[in-house]
Amino acid sequence: MSHSVELQNVGMAFGQTRAVTDVSFTVEGGEFFSILGPSGCGKTTILRIVAGFLDPTEGKVLIGGRDMKGLGPDRRPTAMIFQSLALFPLMPVWENIAFGLEARRVAKAERRKKAGELLKLVALEGLGDRMPGELSGGQRQRVAIARALAVEPQVLLLDEPLSALDLKLRQHMRAELRSLQKRTGVTFIYITHDQSEALAMSDRVAVMSDGVLQQVGAPRELYDNPATPFVARFVGETNAIAGKVTAIENGLATVESAFGPLSGRVGDGLSAGSAAKLYVRPEALQHKTQGENRLTATIERIDFEGAFALAHGRLEDGSLLIASIPSTELGKAPEIGTRAPFAFQNANAVVLPDG
Amino acid sequence: MAELYRRFGGGLGTIFLALVAAWLAGMVLAPNVMMIDYSLRPNLPPAEIGGSRDVYSLQNILYLANEGVHRAIFFKTVWASALVAFVTLVVCYPLAYWLAQNATPNQTAIAILALTIPFWVNEVLRTLAWYILLAFRGPLNALLLALGIIDEPVRWYGNTGVLAGMTYAYILFMLFPIYNSIESLEKSQIEAARDLGASVWRTHWRVVIPHAKAGIATGCVFTFMLAAGSFVVPALLGAPGSRWFTEIIYNWFFEGGDWNRGAAYALVLLVLCLTVVLVTLKIARVNLTDVAK
Repeated sequence: MSHSVELQNVGMAFGQTRAVTDVSFTVEGGEFFSILGPSGCGKTTILRIVAGFLDPTEGKVLIGGRDMKGLGPDRRPTAMIFQSLALFPLMPVWENIAFGLEARRVAKAERRKKAGELLKLVALEGLGDRMPGELSGGQRQRVAIARALAVEPQVLLLDEPLSALDLKLRQHMRAELRSLQKRTGVTFIYITHDQSEALAMSDRVAVMSDGVLQQVGAPRELYDNPATPFVARFVGETNAIAGKVTAIENGLATVESAFGPLSGRVGDGLSAGSAAKLYVRPEALQHKTQGENRLTATIERIDFEGAFALAHGRLEDGSLLIASIPSTELGKAPEIGTRAPFAFQNANAVVLPDG
Repeated sequence: MAELYRRFGGGLGTIFLALVAAWLAGMVLAPNVMMIDYSLRPNLPPAEIGGSRDVYSLQNILYLANEGVHRAIFFKTVWASALVAFVTLVVCYPLAYWLAQNATPNQTAIAILALTIPFWVNEVLRTLAWYILLAFRGPLNALLLALGIIDEPVRWYGNTGVLAGMTYAYILFMLFPIYNSIESLEKSQIEAARDLGASVWRTHWRVVIPHAKAGIATGCVFTFMLAAGSFVVPALLGAPGSRWFTEIIYNWFFEGGDWNRGAAYALVLLVLCLTVVLVTLKIARVNLTDVAK
């Protein structure tokens, strides 16, 4: 079993600027853990703190239960894959991969052998004598992974390594990273701003915003039960409808909105009488006239996305409503320019305090 | 050239080309051709110039080959210049690395300003400052005596003085090429090396130095050429035991009155410098256009 990583009340300030505030979470050994957030949210700072490039100004980092304070990146059981990959351009591929072993004074024959094995693991057999500049983007990616795995790390830290690849290759590499992680059993901490990447690959995801940890959970949990308005908006598409909480009972909250009473599941920190927003996903909205939570929107356009289409409409107060229509039901979709009724079930919406 | 004509038109373009050609012919080609011409002819009284004894020969160059003292000074100048280049490299590399990778923009600006200001002063005056610093009863000896590091003043003039003076005089010629080449190194490469467990030494040896090779070679070539051709520093900070080849050349011209022999000596120095430059660049696999940049 690989080492776990534990962050305890980690904070980081650069002079007057606060990058990370009071972040605590535990990554289990052998887990594929993602940190998701928009650029500038502090996720890369967290990764660099775990790697040992930065000393947190507050709190501590434990890897495998051991406090990492005072240990530099060269003395931690972690290996990092940089956003730019940072392959050494003047060394052939095999020397790149074996660089960590060279630093550990492993004999040359042994290094060559190990590099060969790793090249096989990442399906690049026979390319050891090429220079990194002669490889394609996806191949360089794999060299970077092999180089990091060569030092047999307990924890692999990945800083948006797929961001430079085109969509097809990115999807392919996602699957490959995932299977590589399962095969090697190494703990992965993966940084990304791409929510679909995080949801598709990870066992668990931590969502961050402005240096603050918003929520940690399995992808399904984040999507279905967002703990904060930020998570509701950032993870997947959603519609937000403002109002005032009139009643809370049986785990359901009723919000008095401009379009009448609407209800959904009660979110964290909600109290009766306070301002709140109800969040409902586009796929939870159904085009029908019956049902308890009804909204009427003027359809402006319908974007065909393949498996489904997104209907963009305006509510009476001018705010936007997005509803998803499965492609198989496009025949029954509302006409553009007409006023169309939508309804959703209580269980498919969540009410969170406004803020 | 086509670009030049396209941009400035026929008239102006031709004028620019003519100016460059005149510069090259008058300032570069002609003096060198004259030097070669002088060096291959004997030193004759004015009446005999153009006479029957005025024929081309290698006599002047062979004189240097057979003159033991001059020959020794020539080789000493070669290796001492190489030593100057090496010492300057050792001094500049850490500084260039720090400036290029670790310093904040403010620190870089201040450090570069501090390094550049002395160069607003003439080289003779800068060397004179070292002349004062290194004097037998000068500030350096006074300081070392006061600290108890030495018991009696040291005579710095000579090899030590020349080495110190030259290293100081040519620091910028080494610093800037190395700084430029290290600056283009992505910081994550250094971090990656460290993350993979490499020591500081290995990171430099395997990652930074290979990347900065062109800059290092350029700096060394500059420094070597300037050192080998330097006159002021050895003249001021040297001692009779540390004579530089340029001083011998000077003597042939202004004291020996034998311009031909002086020209021959200068030609030998020029050929040597060219050889060193080309060999160094060959070893470092850098071509001349890279150096010019």
